[in-house]
Amino acid sequence: MATPDTTPTTAGADAAAVTENADLLRFATAGSVDDGKSTLIGRLLLDSKSIFEDQLEAVETTSQSKGYDYTDLALLTDGLRSEREQGITIDVAYRYFATPNRKFIIADTPGHIQYTRNMVTGASTADLGLVLVDARQGLTEQSRRHAVLLSLLRVPHLVLAINKMDLVDWSQEVYEKIHREFTQFATKLNIPDLEVIPISALQGDNVVNRSENTPWYSGPTLMHHLEHVHVASDRDLVDTRFPVQYVIRPKSDQYHDFRGYAGQVAGGVLKKGDEVVVLPSGMTSTILRVELFDQEVTEAFPPMSVTVHLEDDVDVSRGDMIARPKNAPKPSQDIDAMVCWMTNEPLRPRQKLAIKHTTRTGRAMVKDIQYRLDVNSLHRDQEAGELGLNEIGRVQLRTTVPLLCDPYSKNRTTGSFILIDEATGVTVGAGMINSGS
Amino acid sequence: MTNTHVDYQLSQLDQLEAESIHIFREVAAEFEKPVLMFSGGKDSIVMLRLAEKAFFPAKLPFPLLQVDTGLDFDEVLATRDSWVDRLGARMIVATIDEAIAAGHVVDDGKTSRNRMQIGTLLGAIEENGFTAAFGGGRRDEEKARAKERVYSHRDDFGQWDPKNQRPELWSLYNGRIHAGEHMRIFPLSNWTELDIWSYIHREQIEIPSIYFAHEREVIERDGMLLSVGPEIQPKAGETPVTKTVRFRTVGDRTQTGCVESEAADTAAIIEEIAVARVTERGATRGDDRFSEAAMEDRKKEGYF
Repeated sequence: MATPDTTPTTAGADAAAVTENADLLRFATAGSVDDGKSTLIGRLLLDSKSIFEDQLEAVETTSQSKGYDYTDLALLTDGLRSEREQGITIDVAYRYFATPNRKFIIADTPGHIQYTRNMVTGASTADLGLVLVDARQGLTEQSRRHAVLLSLLRVPHLVLAINKMDLVDWSQEVYEKIHREFTQFATKLNIPDLEVIPISALQGDNVVNRSENTPWYSGPTLMHHLEHVHVASDRDLVDTRFPVQYVIRPKSDQYHDFRGYAGQVAGGVLKKGDEVVVLPSGMTSTILRVELFDQEVTEAFPPMSVTVHLEDDVDVSRGDMIARPKNAPKPSQDIDAMVCWMTNEPLRPRQKLAIKHTTRTGRAMVKDIQYRLDVNSLHRDQEAGELGLNEIGRVQLRTTVPLLCDPYSKNRTTGSFILIDEATGVTVGAGMINSGS
Repeated sequence: MTNTHVDYQLSQLDQLEAESIHIFREVAAEFEKPVLMFSGGKDSIVMLRLAEKAFFPAKLPFPLLQVDTGLDFDEVLATRDSWVDRLGARMIVATIDEAIAAGHVVDDGKTSRNRMQIGTLLGAIEENGFTAAFGGGRRDEEKARAKERVYSHRDDFGQWDPKNQRPELWSLYNGRIHAGEHMRIFPLSNWTELDIWSYIHREQIEIPSIYFAHEREVIERDGMLLSVGPEIQPKAGETPVTKTVRFRTVGDRTQTGCVESEAADTAAIIEEIAVARVTERGATRGDDRFSEAAMEDRKKEGYF
């Protein structure tokens, strides 16, 4: 039995206002079909009324025809399963649902070991990571690995959903044992915010509706937590970082002298009158105006896409960065980073690749692979010498162009890069910067 | 001057807008010859609006490409012309007849003109040497699309290989292509249908009038309401009736059905969609009709 905790529905006359004013939470889910992940996502979509009734009916019919005595909500997100049957590569799938105050983008990533690359991709944009464990199994190697990857990718919020609580008789002991075990393990990781929630995705307990089966649990339901977790303060509003993406020069009579630097704010706040420095040239100027389309805005902050005008006619082009004279990244060509390798051919020392960092593109050479990280044991293998597909390691790179970077732990935008195979054009690596010099 | 956001928070619609603008600028900066695929539908109009914002006050740094089926609604063409005039955009119209003449498309007498659009489009991309083509596809439209990247690589046959997609991390898009290949770009990937309508509502974006409720002479055929016109004439047993209807998609007029609706403005449409999500039970049966109802603006297969 369950009683309503929240009433997520966007139906009604004020739907427009809701959609306009709602905020956004991007979260990544990790876990395998066996953990009940598809069922959980199906449950979230269903209980937030993001599923059409007819779609649900179809699933009910299929469930009945298969002889189940419950509705198999996993069928709602069945893309993954049919793909597996057909032998197609399993991939990150994005799904959407909304409640009155928040829109959610789920990066649904497959859980098995060979899919580290998908997990890293899904986590790269996530504000929150949702790891599912089966209450009967407890923490597995796979759930530890998921937590490690979310921590490496600096996903600031983590939810450990202990699923299938109905199959362990709603045992508080089981919940606390897994909770304790995970907390112990998490001390080695970087997880600023953790919530451990006992659920049954199948029956809906503590997903949207508070369960009467867990009187010993006083925390939020999963949906309540997703709706209320505070993500706005995860952004860096202190260190001004504006990678110049595009220079707007209309060259028309009406806008003869217009010269605007367009880009998306990666950190800090930009406003009229701010003294700024343009990197890598080091020229200084003052912000004359910040615009969004045809409107001047008083302040620009992440992740706004704006156009900045400077008072002086300094030379600024794509790939440059606008920062503050006393708070600017040091242009660096020697980069120390954690790299996740995403292709069959291993990454080796001396290898040359293209690198894309913010709006800068250059070339990079691998100077050294310091160690390979075992994401299960956190052991650092210093003898590794190379990184294979889905492996992560600490790598030293030398770049042809200086990167205007920050540590990834400070800024996920200016601290990340991708590596591209110059022959095939394929993205083969993802990097998180430790430091640059 | 726009007010300060005291709490430094952006609404989800503003975040989507910022993301899309970022994508437009990235493509304009990195690709030699981009083009925007314009269908005349609401999604491609929202793309135009976002592109307008991304490059203001400069003109769009790429042309628009439309496939003319010869069967477009007049109202859609009128809206298109109004947008093109206002933005001073360059418009390339590729016609199916030209594509047949050029050998991009084979008219075997069996293939519908609807299907021939795909070949026409690919022919136009190849002929003009476009290296990136913006499309209005959204990931919420169907299961397969849920996995498509913002930058979606097409080989030299214009094909998408879902098994072999490039990983796409953070907001770092990889635009590397080889000669002959091109990239499809989906700036609206993360928008839902409701977001699109909310944005049209908020920005008061001009869209074709047939999206809104109006009186029209229609016949019912195969469970669809079709507009009576030069190509659609009543067959034996069919009686034209005048109903208050609106179109949910603006494809070619022989294939696009309308629905009975009183929704005469964007607010009413949003309400209709929001309510439909919970109460449209049983109104439509069968998988075909379901997908029709669920995907308001389902694209013609392969067009985008």
